[in-house]
Amino acid sequence: MHPILARKGRLGPYLAACAPLAAILVALLARPGALSLREAAVLAVPMTLLYAFLGLSAWYPARSLPLARGRFALLLVTHCVSAACTSAVWVFAGAGLVRVLALVPAFSALPARYALEVPVLFGAGVLLYLLSVALHYVLLAFEAAREAERRESALEVLARTAELEALKARIHPHFLFNSLNSISALVGADPAKAREMCVGLADFLRQSLSVGERAAIPLSEEIALATSYLDVERARFGGRLSFETDVSAEGAACAVPPLLLQPLVENAVVHGIATLEAGGVVRVQAERSGRRLRIVIENPYDPDAPSKRRGGLGLKMVRDRLSVVYGGEALFAARRVDGMHLAILSIPIPADA
Amino acid sequence: MRDEVRVLIVDDEEPARILLREILGAESGVTIVGEAANGFDAVRAASEGRPEVAFLDIEMPRLNGFEVAELLSPEVAVVFVTAYDQWALKAFEIHAADYVLKPYRPERLREALTRARDRSRSGARPSPAAIAASARPEGRFAERVVVRDGAQVHVIPLDRVDWFEAQDDYVAVRTGGSKFLKLQTLAALAETLDPARFLRVHRSFVVNVERIERIELYAKNSHAAVLSDGSRLPVSRDGHARLKALLDPLSGG
Repeated sequence: MHPILARKGRLGPYLAACAPLAAILVALLARPGALSLREAAVLAVPMTLLYAFLGLSAWYPARSLPLARGRFALLLVTHCVSAACTSAVWVFAGAGLVRVLALVPAFSALPARYALEVPVLFGAGVLLYLLSVALHYVLLAFEAAREAERRESALEVLARTAELEALKARIHPHFLFNSLNSISALVGADPAKAREMCVGLADFLRQSLSVGERAAIPLSEEIALATSYLDVERARFGGRLSFETDVSAEGAACAVPPLLLQPLVENAVVHGIATLEAGGVVRVQAERSGRRLRIVIENPYDPDAPSKRRGGLGLKMVRDRLSVVYGGEALFAARRVDGMHLAILSIPIPADA
Repeated sequence: MRDEVRVLIVDDEEPARILLREILGAESGVTIVGEAANGFDAVRAASEGRPEVAFLDIEMPRLNGFEVAELLSPEVAVVFVTAYDQWALKAFEIHAADYVLKPYRPERLREALTRARDRSRSGARPSPAAIAASARPEGRFAERVVVRDGAQVHVIPLDRVDWFEAQDDYVAVRTGGSKFLKLQTLAALAETLDPARFLRVHRSFVVNVERIERIELYAKNSHAAVLSDGSRLPVSRDGHARLKALLDPLSGG
């Protein structure tokens, strides 16, 4: 729908802006040798009102034909043809109006005089239409700029939220509490191991803090971070948790947003390995093919365990980040096949890499 | 000197068990009768060791801490030991003796032990119904029932259940010709079930709606539900009205 008609409160100011047009039209028609001032006034007001609505139709061709280089001829032809049509409709409607007015004795001479004015009115109609086209292009440009601004600020909000979520994720409180509890246990039973775990935990925290400040890091660093996370978790889960990577040298060099894999690796432990008595292997595979990097995180899980909701949060976080960083260019899927959970990512590699 | 107390330790993480063992083992009068790394082993260890107090982690493989609590005999005083604070309310709903957040100071654990000791002496018992209700996430219906058979635990997904039947203090869970007895009232169990999937057709019967093949009239005002395996369950007048409302909502019941 037309933007002026789409919202209440826009029509009034628009019609008010048309009032000077009515005055110009009166002056045009009442010029010496044409209509009398009274005739001109009676005719000009309803005709301006009518044109106010006819002129809005310029919005449709203006919207479907954006201004672009090399399309000048098409634009010119389209708008001239629609200007001629609109103006003809207008003049024709004016003739109808004149006939009705002629029923009043004072205006009986109007039809004959109107017939003489048709070329002038038609010309005015065409010019007014072209003016309306120009104004509509301005309106469209204005709306496009506003829409772009709105989309940009929405994206920014999304980016901030994703960043915040990532921040929260890297210091997952339960991970910390459980790790501290393990350290507390090991202090008595195995002080050397307790010390090692303190250092491991510190390593992971330090790495995730420094990595989080950068816009992109090589995949190898993201994997190193996952490794130090899993080293800490391994102290808790013992032999139940193992970690394997299969990353090609080309893949390891690709840039990824920092902490992109972290929620997925955490899910693999919390919703996968932790649900299994015998534990299992978290496997990360990555390879580059052409301009894309494909990453698969694979872990076994217990299909009979009651479902938990937190896993969904991690997946949502990854999706949000991918859409912020790559728009629609990245693909992400989570699959469950034969007791294995697969998280599959495919992201574009920037042209300069 | 206090009386002897028998303690069971359940946690899937070894360091966590080490810590519990170290602190509790140093207390006078405490005998650690068993340790388990998962819910199934916990139930087995409990039936062998007859503990009075159980220290349970909540997030564990196979059975969570609430499900283990549900399967322990009601005399056992339960202390939950977990890194998650969001279960605390549920823990007190089922009258857990205490709820200890990891990591903790040794004094905090000793305090929990004292409370649990008093609880097991006083004989205040949590209701299995309340425990069962807490075993599922808030706002959601149960997905499975857990049943203890001596030292053995059966986990039965609800889609495998044909019907539940009241038998004195127990509920019989009927699945594909087998029957498991669970210490719980039918009314309490029915509360945890999705009413769109399980319907109380009679004072003593709650049936899996998917299993119903047809309803037969076998006497005036008296119906029977015939299930897909051929079993016939009595349907009371109220049960028939509920069944009609569920299967044919447009008829207005």
